[in-house]
Amino acid sequence: MSGPAIHVERLVFAYPDGRQALYGVDFTVERGERVALLGPNGAGKTTLVLHLNGILGSVAGGSGSGRIEIGGTGLHREHLPVIRRKVGLVFQDPDDQLFMPTVRDDVAFGPANLGLRGAELEDRVREALVQVGMQDHADLAPHHLSYGQRRRVAVATVLAMRPEVLVLDEPSSNLDPASRRELSDILTGLDVTLLMITHDLPYALQLCERSLLMDGGRIVADGRTRDLLGDAELMNAHRLELPYGFDPLSVPGPEGR
Amino acid sequence: MSGDGLLVPVDSKVHRIPAQVKIVALFVFVLAVVSTPAAHFWAFALYAVLLAAAIVVAKLPLPVVSRRLAVETPFIVFALLLPFVATGPTFDVLGVQLSQSGVLGAWNVLAKGTLGVIAAILLSATTGPRELLAGLERLRLPSTLVAILSFMVRYLNVVSDDLHRMRIARESRGYVGGRAGHLKAVAGGVGALFVRSFERGERVHLAMQSRGYNGRMPLLGEVGATRAQWIEGLTISLVAVTVAVAARVVGL
Amino acid sequence: MLVAIRSQQAKNVRVHVPDGFFDAPTSIATGLIAAGAVGFSLQRANREIRETGPALAGLTAAFVFAVQMVNFPVGAGTSGHLLGGALAAALVGPWTAVLVMSTVLLVQGLLFADGGLTAIGTNITLMGLVTVLVGYFVTRALLQVLPRRTGSVVPAATVGALVSVPVAALCFTGLYAIGGAVDIPLGKLATAMVGWHILVGIGEAVITAAVLGAVVATRPDLVYAARHLQQDLVLVDADGNTSTVSPDKPIAAKPAGRSLGIGVAVTLIVAGGVSLFASAHPDGLEFVGAKLGFESAAKGSAVAGSPLADYGVSGIGNAQVSGALAGIIGVLVTIALGLAIAKVASLRKAS
Repeated sequence: MSGPAIHVERLVFAYPDGRQALYGVDFTVERGERVALLGPNGAGKTTLVLHLNGILGSVAGGSGSGRIEIGGTGLHREHLPVIRRKVGLVFQDPDDQLFMPTVRDDVAFGPANLGLRGAELEDRVREALVQVGMQDHADLAPHHLSYGQRRRVAVATVLAMRPEVLVLDEPSSNLDPASRRELSDILTGLDVTLLMITHDLPYALQLCERSLLMDGGRIVADGRTRDLLGDAELMNAHRLELPYGFDPLSVPGPEGR
Repeated sequence: MSGDGLLVPVDSKVHRIPAQVKIVALFVFVLAVVSTPAAHFWAFALYAVLLAAAIVVAKLPLPVVSRRLAVETPFIVFALLLPFVATGPTFDVLGVQLSQSGVLGAWNVLAKGTLGVIAAILLSATTGPRELLAGLERLRLPSTLVAILSFMVRYLNVVSDDLHRMRIARESRGYVGGRAGHLKAVAGGVGALFVRSFERGERVHLAMQSRGYNGRMPLLGEVGATRAQWIEGLTISLVAVTVAVAARVVGL
Repeated sequence: MLVAIRSQQAKNVRVHVPDGFFDAPTSIATGLIAAGAVGFSLQRANREIRETGPALAGLTAAFVFAVQMVNFPVGAGTSGHLLGGALAAALVGPWTAVLVMSTVLLVQGLLFADGGLTAIGTNITLMGLVTVLVGYFVTRALLQVLPRRTGSVVPAATVGALVSVPVAALCFTGLYAIGGAVDIPLGKLATAMVGWHILVGIGEAVITAAVLGAVVATRPDLVYAARHLQQDLVLVDADGNTSTVSPDKPIAAKPAGRSLGIGVAVTLIVAGGVSLFASAHPDGLEFVGAKLGFESAAKGSAVAGSPLADYGVSGIGNAQVSGALAGIIGVLVTIALGLAIAKVASLRKAS
């Protein structure tokens, strides 16, 4: 069980409606790394991420080809349960992730599928809710929570499975500044490999030392987040823009800590 | 429409009865009402008293109950037409010929329909959606159906909100064209709503799969109802059944 | 503005059969039919639900629930709302659609006290089973004769929706003949119900066409009834080579056709039998009551005795038979008209 946390090779994929999203993707993420996945809308970021635990792609019966390894385990049909336990996916819209009647039911869904029952299951649920600071809201229905709270519960639903790799799709979108900061505190406190899709470039710089830049269904750049964000030509070519007045060279990043 | 249904969130004896008991009780009660011959007016008065008592015990505000009665409207219209269209002997009221069986039939539909709706309001106002689902699960409803029900209840709000937002967006831009344009705009919105709902359904399934979903949903209701709870919950229904049987016997 | 106010008022009025509208034996019988249909659909849809997940059916149910609250401007200042049976059948397939419609009716009955609890079986049978199966059968039958492309599903399902509503109304009349609480001339009832519901069906058809048109325009691959008409995909790989692959295969689409045909045949036979039975036994209540041993119940109601007896003597009356016939002919004319419209529509699209 050795090897990089994520290894992707020559990945190609088209949706059933004929739209091709991935045109050959290659990259590797080592264990314990925090990597941001940047790119304009429609670059194929979400599609790529959905491949990492075998939800899309040839392993799920879709139209595509290529090779994926998670922690040294090849992504094949017979390994799907193992892979899905190792890779925790937090979806962009927390309403997609929270589908059970209450917060408690929802966080328990994953570990219950792993076979946990009774007190062990309850402990696991409580632990995950404490990690995101939502232990007092366990009996509420998702639609009674604020957006920021739902996002945190969505993270908890995945943490309850104790994943090795945490993959987040635009975790800071639609959050107010305080919720955004609370989430970054939660994420920096976790001891997992992190892959994070984001349009929030300061967030990428704050949390991730390394970034992948994706456009047109391919990885077009791979390097230190600070270097990528500082490369004006590269940024312009792929429709990425820094917030007004933000200078990536003058703010502290994760490498400084 | 809220995903909470008609729930009135107060704490009462009725609220605390397990949902499966309430569902069975409601069903038995309504069945007793429905099988009571229409001409036994006293029996219906007793049913009404029983329901009123239950509403008081459940601490339900009257406006909540009366507002929901509006769902009956189309059938009230139908019932009021019955005296004019039914066959059989007639009698004269202010020069209008009314059918005897029609008048009785109108009463029959109105009385039973109203009692049925009030009984259903009693269930939905004292039972949260999650408890209701757990109750249905305890009553051995197929698990796939419970799962579909549970997703529907969960996403009622989300889909309704989508619909609401789309309507606001449409109305804030103003309608274009005449009636056909209006229809096209509304229907286009609804078409888009289906695509959104469907795609969300796909994403939810992906989210479930990525957390190890293997075709079986975890159980919602772990504990069953005790014998005492069954007896307590079924009291009113058993009284109603007694009334119905008595009505039959007296009717003979 | 006037229209808006009116539609606000009409918002929560949905035509569900309440408790007490039909007698207890009819309610129980339709309850059994509904339970059987849901059980059968669960079995038929099992493979599909395993692949696409119960969430998809749940979301579709939430969609139908929400759409039933939308008031569509139909014309002449009136607005209608969608029942959605035929639309759901075209979008997610007949068996899932039966489950979806049943779920909607269950939630409306249990969570919103809408539609009687003892009448849930009746409501599921009429609105969840008849509209879906009739709608889907007509849709698939028309797809056989229309040009083989995804767009054809729109006129086909339009006719399916148009036909499904009056057929459900005819079934309602049949149920009323068996278990209606009051005797009203069945011929008149059938004519009135079918006549009125042809109008409702036109509204349903127009809305179904518009909604389905919008879905076909954006995500044609989502339309179950047209999945077998999809084109192959062209895939470009990492080296720029292209290859052709077939899209995800429709799941369980084929077996549905045959058992659906059987289902619809059975439905039509039952419906036809009910109609015949209704016209042969104008006093359906008493007849069934006697059969099932509920005679005392029928006699028990104080007024029932004499008028019912009179009714039997005064005879069926030609008006009734001709009325029932008119209802059936009405449905057939509707189907023929619908076929003609679909044909014209497809010709116009092709040219």
